[in-house]
Amino acid sequence: MSLDKPKNGALVRVEGVEKVFHRGSEDIHVLANVNLQVAAGEFLSMMGPSGSGKSTLLNLIGGLDRPTNGMVIVGDDRIDQLPDRILAGWRARHIGFVFQLYNLMPMLTAERNVELPLLLTHLTRAERKKHVEIALEMVGLSHRARHYPRTLSGGEQQRVGIARGIVTDPTLLLCDEPTGDLDRKSGDEILDLLQALNREHGKAIIMVTHDPHASARAARTVYLNKGELSLEPVK
Amino acid sequence: MKYLHLVWSGLCRKKLRTSLTLLSIVVAFVLFGFLAAVQEALVGGVALAGADRLIVREKVSIINLLPISYEERMERIPGVDFATHQTWFGGIYQDPKNFFMQNPVEPEKFLKMHPEFILPPDQLKAWLETRTGAIVGRRTADRFHWKVGDKVPIQSSIWSNRDGSRHWDFDIVGIFDGKEKGTDTTPMFFRYDYFDEGRQGFGQGEVGWYTIRIKDPSQAAEVAKRVDAEFENSSAETKTEPEGAFIQAWASQIGNIVFIVAAILSAVFFTILLVTGNTMAQAVRERTGEIGVLKAIGFTNRQVLFLVLAESCLLTVIGGVVGLGLARAVTPVMAAQLSGLLPLFFFPASALLLGFGLSFLLGLVTGIFPAISAMRLSVADSLRRM
Repeated sequence: MSLDKPKNGALVRVEGVEKVFHRGSEDIHVLANVNLQVAAGEFLSMMGPSGSGKSTLLNLIGGLDRPTNGMVIVGDDRIDQLPDRILAGWRARHIGFVFQLYNLMPMLTAERNVELPLLLTHLTRAERKKHVEIALEMVGLSHRARHYPRTLSGGEQQRVGIARGIVTDPTLLLCDEPTGDLDRKSGDEILDLLQALNREHGKAIIMVTHDPHASARAARTVYLNKGELSLEPVK
Repeated sequence: MKYLHLVWSGLCRKKLRTSLTLLSIVVAFVLFGFLAAVQEALVGGVALAGADRLIVREKVSIINLLPISYEERMERIPGVDFATHQTWFGGIYQDPKNFFMQNPVEPEKFLKMHPEFILPPDQLKAWLETRTGAIVGRRTADRFHWKVGDKVPIQSSIWSNRDGSRHWDFDIVGIFDGKEKGTDTTPMFFRYDYFDEGRQGFGQGEVGWYTIRIKDPSQAAEVAKRVDAEFENSSAETKTEPEGAFIQAWASQIGNIVFIVAAILSAVFFTILLVTGNTMAQAVRERTGEIGVLKAIGFTNRQVLFLVLAESCLLTVIGGVVGLGLARAVTPVMAAQLSGLLPLFFFPASALLLGFGLSFLLGLVTGIFPAISAMRLSVADSLRRM
């Protein structure tokens, strides 16, 4: 099902979500009755202290984990109920991930890293190559296509990570601390890029961050504290 | 194929570790190749043995001789087509290391008994016309650069000549080829009449063993019993058995070759299993985060299982192909050195196929547990470990 035409206007709906981790005999309540809606094309920032459950919520929205209770609906799909195999295919088609530590394959060149999600499609080699060129051009790294991650700066590696996230043209981009490992200048460049993807290409973006400066680039910010969501920052 | 670079990149991640593991696999398969050649050399003749041929030897030991008169008596036994004989000459050419088989035979009957030896008719005619004539197999002729017309001296370790020396001269009148690849073309055969009249000291009128052709191979056991019964309670009782069993018994003097080879290979491959299994387990453990990324971007658990298995199979198949190739290349060189001792020393095609299959199986077995553990990794957990 397409994410482009969500029911009642919301692209992402998180309803009454709870997440409990079990560590030995201890239950750790990470998220408690979280409700959130994200519109198509929206740039949302999620802030909160370490351990507040930001990344966990992002994982639930991206179908990387399942809630203990509640529903996660993206587009028309209730993803918390999809079987693993279907969910993997759903992620490949609809979600782009951007990680704090870039998470590139060190033994693959930038273009091969960007190509990875396309291996799961039926595109020919030439078509994949074309898509990779476009994605690298969008992030301004065409000239570094044949370089290995170890020869790229942190900012360049994150651009490759973003190119990998957008190469399948997903509707929703999930960014987990995308500037967390970068200096201010490189971080600003990445944020410029994310804003451009949101404004010019209509990508919905949910970004987890600690940094108020980064959060200010988003159209809306929500705050998580001890597993609860609010519209006000934690005092 | 589109995943090949991804699989290959996994192997290139720790080049030293991969190279060492690869080297150990190569060594294992070189050893596999050599042992297959040794086994072929020692028991390969069993497969080529004629089903319609029986070997008759002295009951106690093959070194005891049998009377020449037995030949006619054997040919009268029901079920026997005809019989002919050979005797171990035990000679060397110039140097003790130039050892190969030379036996005195009855030319026409011998070639009729052994159609696997191909001798041109004109050379057979020359052999029948030359009392000191000998025919030699292609490998030995090539080894010593002998050609038809050469006179070759052979020193026997057993038989003295009429002049009291053990020096015998032969005229090469023919060079025979083998009908099949595995046919032994290292022996030399010469005329029994020249040998019997020339030898002195002992053994005149006696032969080493008989080969008899039977009319119906399905009656082999019955005919063998009849032959042994014919000479029961004589001064030279016989033991008759199929040619294959005779060759097998000959090889078994060294030991149970098949068992020895299997035991060595089992030990080698068990070690390789541990080495490669450990490499793959470490490789997966180190890449937990990367596996998480692959799953996050849409790779299914089954695809991750396939990638890890493909990586381990690629490693073992490369090692196997290189090792088998080396063994295949080096075996002929070794065969030239061992041709007197192990005339059938070669790397059979069946062993090549078996080795290739084994390398693939090794990859599956060593990769399966790391692959299952990679398949079971939770995406969120593995990303946290990045």
